Amino acid sequence: MNYESLSFIFLNAVLANNFVLALFLGLCPFLGVSGKLNTAVPMGLATMFVMLVSSVCAYGINIVLVGLDIEFLRLIAYIVVIASAVQLVEMTLKKFSPGLFRALGIFLPLITTNCAILGLALFQTFKEYDFLQSLVYALGAGTGFILAIMLMAGLREKLELSNLPSVTQGAAVSLMLGGLLSLSFMGFAGLGGQ
Amino acid sequence: MARKQNNTITWDTFSEGLWRENPVFAMLLGMCPVLAVTNSAINALAMGVATTFVLLASGILISLLRRQIPKQVRIATYIVIIATFVTIVDYSIQAISLDLYNALGAFIQLIVVNCMILGRAEAYASKNRPLKAFVNALGMGAGFTFALLCLGVVREVLGAGKLFGFDLFGPQFEPWVVMVLPAGGFIVLGAWLLLFEWFKQRKALSESEAVVEAR
Repeated sequence: MNYESLSFIFLNAVLANNFVLALFLGLCPFLGVSGKLNTAVPMGLATMFVMLVSSVCAYGINIVLVGLDIEFLRLIAYIVVIASAVQLVEMTLKKFSPGLFRALGIFLPLITTNCAILGLALFQTFKEYDFLQSLVYALGAGTGFILAIMLMAGLREKLELSNLPSVTQGAAVSLMLGGLLSLSFMGFAGLGGQ
Repeated sequence: MARKQNNTITWDTFSEGLWRENPVFAMLLGMCPVLAVTNSAINALAMGVATTFVLLASGILISLLRRQIPKQVRIATYIVIIATFVTIVDYSIQAISLDLYNALGAFIQLIVVNCMILGRAEAYASKNRPLKAFVNALGMGAGFTFALLCLGVVREVLGAGKLFGFDLFGPQFEPWVVMVLPAGGFIVLGAWLLLFEWFKQRKALSESEAVVEAR
């Protein structure tokens, strides 16, 4: 049992241990979809939704697995649940917002292989959070992901207008920006750290 | 042309993963473990070997089953196969070295969601014969390990003044702590990419100009 308070868990997941900038989870969409703000925000929201669903499911599944003493199946069970949740989001988006569905493209099914989501499910299991704590943790992780991807998209939109040497075209300069963002987020470490 | 066991398998089958389509430097796949566990060279090496094993094993199995797996559920099948091998690796590392297991943490289990492995399964193993898929996976794994080592060595040397745990510079060396912190990972990878881009542009330039101007 873990006795961390809910506000601590939330702030810790958003700032001090931001999933993208401190724990290096979910870098593919962070680098891939952060070109424009109006695709970055929906991507963040979709990821957050999948995080919430899979967090709840993972909590339930873990109880069953521990009860039956088959914890070695944890990884396989979690990934199947996450894949199903992503499928759900994909179908919903396709029905209600086809434009957005096309804009997100390949990155939508790739939420399945977003390590932030599996990482969240695994961390909440390791930390032995109860149901409410898990939910708040998922909410915090999702908010942190949206925050990071929005900051990055804003920076990259500005960058498009600036005059860069030809060598820095492409991913290298995004990574450098990520490094600077990560440095600035280290300032939040005093809030709680590990 | 070395390594010609079969007329469809060429040296290129192996080497494309090593350099031209290097998963990290050229295709930017599997970034999470690349940045997260490369704060020391030994962690980088262990992660590279573990990922290569999963890549090889899942590549062979998927290639063997490629006619049996229905198209509609192929991604789910691939993920379950990969997750099985990752579970094996996870428990093996825990049994072999507990220190290493603690250092790598959740990132061993997160090999499941390494986009490189799923990408290779979808793009290569599901379309080729087992031996060819094996050779290609070996190349990809070697390329991935090479990239991890590139980062791990730089970050350990600058961030701790050590290489594989041995002191390099003596006690007066002031370590650049930022290099072992998360920010250092981003910056070192960015610097490597800049370097490769610079090489590529220089090569393209010298190829396009028949006569190189002397300034």
